[in-house]
Amino acid sequence: MDLEDLIALAEAEQRDRAEIEVRVCTAAGCLSSGSRPVVSALERALADRGLTPRVRLREVGCMRLCCEGPLVAMDVLETVSSPEPSLYGKVTAGQASVLVDVIDNKQATTEGLQPIDSNGPFFSRQRSVVLEHCGLVEPERIESSIALGAYRSLHRALHDLNPAEVVELVTRSGLRGRGGAGYPTGLKWATVAKMPPGQKYVVCNADEGDPGAFMDRSILESDPHRVLEGMAIAAHAIGADQGYIYVRGEYPIAISRLDTAIRQSKRLGLLGSAIFDSTFNFRVDLRIGAGAFVCGEETALIHSIEGLRGTPRPRPPYPAESGLWGHPTLINNVETYANIPVILREGADWFTQIGTEHSKGTKVFALAGKIRRAGIVEVPMGVPLRDIVDQIGGGPPEGSTVKAVQTGGPSGGCIPAELLDTPVDYESLKALGSIMGSGGMVVMDQDDDMVGVARYFMKFCMDESCGKCVPCRAGTVQMYRLLDRIECGDATNDDLVLLEELCDLVQHASLCGLGQSAPNPVLSTLRFFRHEYESRFVEPTGPRSSSVSSEAR
Amino acid sequence: MGNPVTKGRPRPTSPGTHPSGDDRFRYLDAAMKRQRYRPDALIEVLHTAQELFGYLEPDLLRYVARGLRLPPSRVYGVATFYHLFTFHPKGEHTCTVCTGTACYVKGADTLLGVVEQLTGTPPGTTTADGRISLETARCLGACGLAPIVVFDGKVVGQITPEEIVDRVKGWLDHGS
Repeated sequence: MDLEDLIALAEAEQRDRAEIEVRVCTAAGCLSSGSRPVVSALERALADRGLTPRVRLREVGCMRLCCEGPLVAMDVLETVSSPEPSLYGKVTAGQASVLVDVIDNKQATTEGLQPIDSNGPFFSRQRSVVLEHCGLVEPERIESSIALGAYRSLHRALHDLNPAEVVELVTRSGLRGRGGAGYPTGLKWATVAKMPPGQKYVVCNADEGDPGAFMDRSILESDPHRVLEGMAIAAHAIGADQGYIYVRGEYPIAISRLDTAIRQSKRLGLLGSAIFDSTFNFRVDLRIGAGAFVCGEETALIHSIEGLRGTPRPRPPYPAESGLWGHPTLINNVETYANIPVILREGADWFTQIGTEHSKGTKVFALAGKIRRAGIVEVPMGVPLRDIVDQIGGGPPEGSTVKAVQTGGPSGGCIPAELLDTPVDYESLKALGSIMGSGGMVVMDQDDDMVGVARYFMKFCMDESCGKCVPCRAGTVQMYRLLDRIECGDATNDDLVLLEELCDLVQHASLCGLGQSAPNPVLSTLRFFRHEYESRFVEPTGPRSSSVSSEAR
Repeated sequence: MGNPVTKGRPRPTSPGTHPSGDDRFRYLDAAMKRQRYRPDALIEVLHTAQELFGYLEPDLLRYVARGLRLPPSRVYGVATFYHLFTFHPKGEHTCTVCTGTACYVKGADTLLGVVEQLTGTPPGTTTADGRISLETARCLGACGLAPIVVFDGKVVGQITPEEIVDRVKGWLDHGS
């Protein structure tokens, strides 16, 4: 395959567009709301009316407004007069014939259909960079991705740029890791590239373990070739010929679509040997996780890929120096790789114009909880949290008021309603004791008890602690017990003091990110909602001998 | 990996080498062969084994250990580390309640409590008659539809306690 072939494929696919295209979301969210029967019903209805050549049905990925699923969109070629392009939500199989009436322009009543304003604030306030093709491409057909420009950036990287120039471009773009920590991507790439030649690996961390986060899942299910292309460009830049994608076992659809995508790009010579007739070889294998949150930590992830227990190890050496089987390994998150093709296409300067001084580009968030419009949201870095909650999310449902927004999952914290004007960027969230994390954003209202929330996250960390280091293994258990007692109204101020001491200890003495960040939800709720803790104290009835049980897990 | 005891032992190569003659072992052999018996494919092979047999019993783990030339302790250690592997047979029906943050905020605890009361089995276990397993999931990644419950592999979003009771009662009544 060379560039002409790629362009020819893209043009053929574009010519093949029907006058009217009906897109049905088949990402996990809409599938569980029942989009599969909708597809079948639409197929049948279209065939019955003999509309099949003029109208084409496409099974696409995430159209973002998950709470209104299944979503069906209708696109009309400019040359055709009516009907209007439109988006419908909560479509049922029974409504297929009504939809086909609308398509057929038979003056049918749109009764029962639930139109969604695709220019409404949920969509218009977003800025699509990573998700630009989500909901447009058919994830199971590589031709559909190629028609929208997939693998062009890889071609450019291989033929017009040398590896050092690619690293330089990524460095200049200011892209930072989207997995949570925000380490400069270019710096990471440069470190691996600088290692002596030999076996190197590229790893994609798709172990999206934070409860409440589902952005990576949407990207993988909706536009898998974008991630593969990003990985291939990274491999070229650092000199690797083997890649692994480590996906959560809980994401079967993402796994099967990635598997299909890898096979299809191999068949076209876009992965494998002599890619684009160059000397560059790159093979990608899938590794399926088996439900361990700690495997999102890079050294634990490496162990898991090697078929071992997913326990972390001390760093340094960092994986960039000694990773998979002791070889230099580049590990980035799904969203980080998904940013790469567009940076190569549009240039570093274009990318740096989006976002804030220290946080460039956009960030994808998974908006959920007590909110009117839940789903996937992509905004430029630096947008105030309030815009996301009130404008895009439509605010809390009737009868509830926003109390806090939880970001960063079990490693993050709760940002109180009065601080919603905080811009979302790495530094501002960190200053509030939370983190950007991978991008989960759960809105909480007046009914949510902050001590309960802290206890919930501590239980999560306690269950997920791998048990390798004592501060995390024993500390999370003791913190959980203290929180439990506080929640039950069985504790005194002494317990709170002890809890704070423990938070400090676990934070500073744990081996990996899981333990180091486990106290964050407690600390941030203590900082902003201390009264909720204190209001539960019992009156002290004398000195206590020991406030924590000595029993260890 | 370099266990001298297992090194010289012949690995099961021909199909149906398991004394039970169970056909499923053939599929498991094929899966191990596809991974070229590489020890780092252990987790992949365990996934296949669990798909085929439903759960991982000690005999099965030993079989995998022999196939990949790994000490049984290593196979057991890895299998027990990960949550998705199970060592007991599942019930006829499985009800999985998602306990992710969004579901928690939307009342997953209530849902779990309702099912627990109805079936009398705590989360992570199966009823004595082997009819219903009650499970919890970390986060199924469909948070926009919280709260989420999975009934026999079918994901249902925005569920109410009444609906979950109806479904589970349906299982309980059916066939009694």
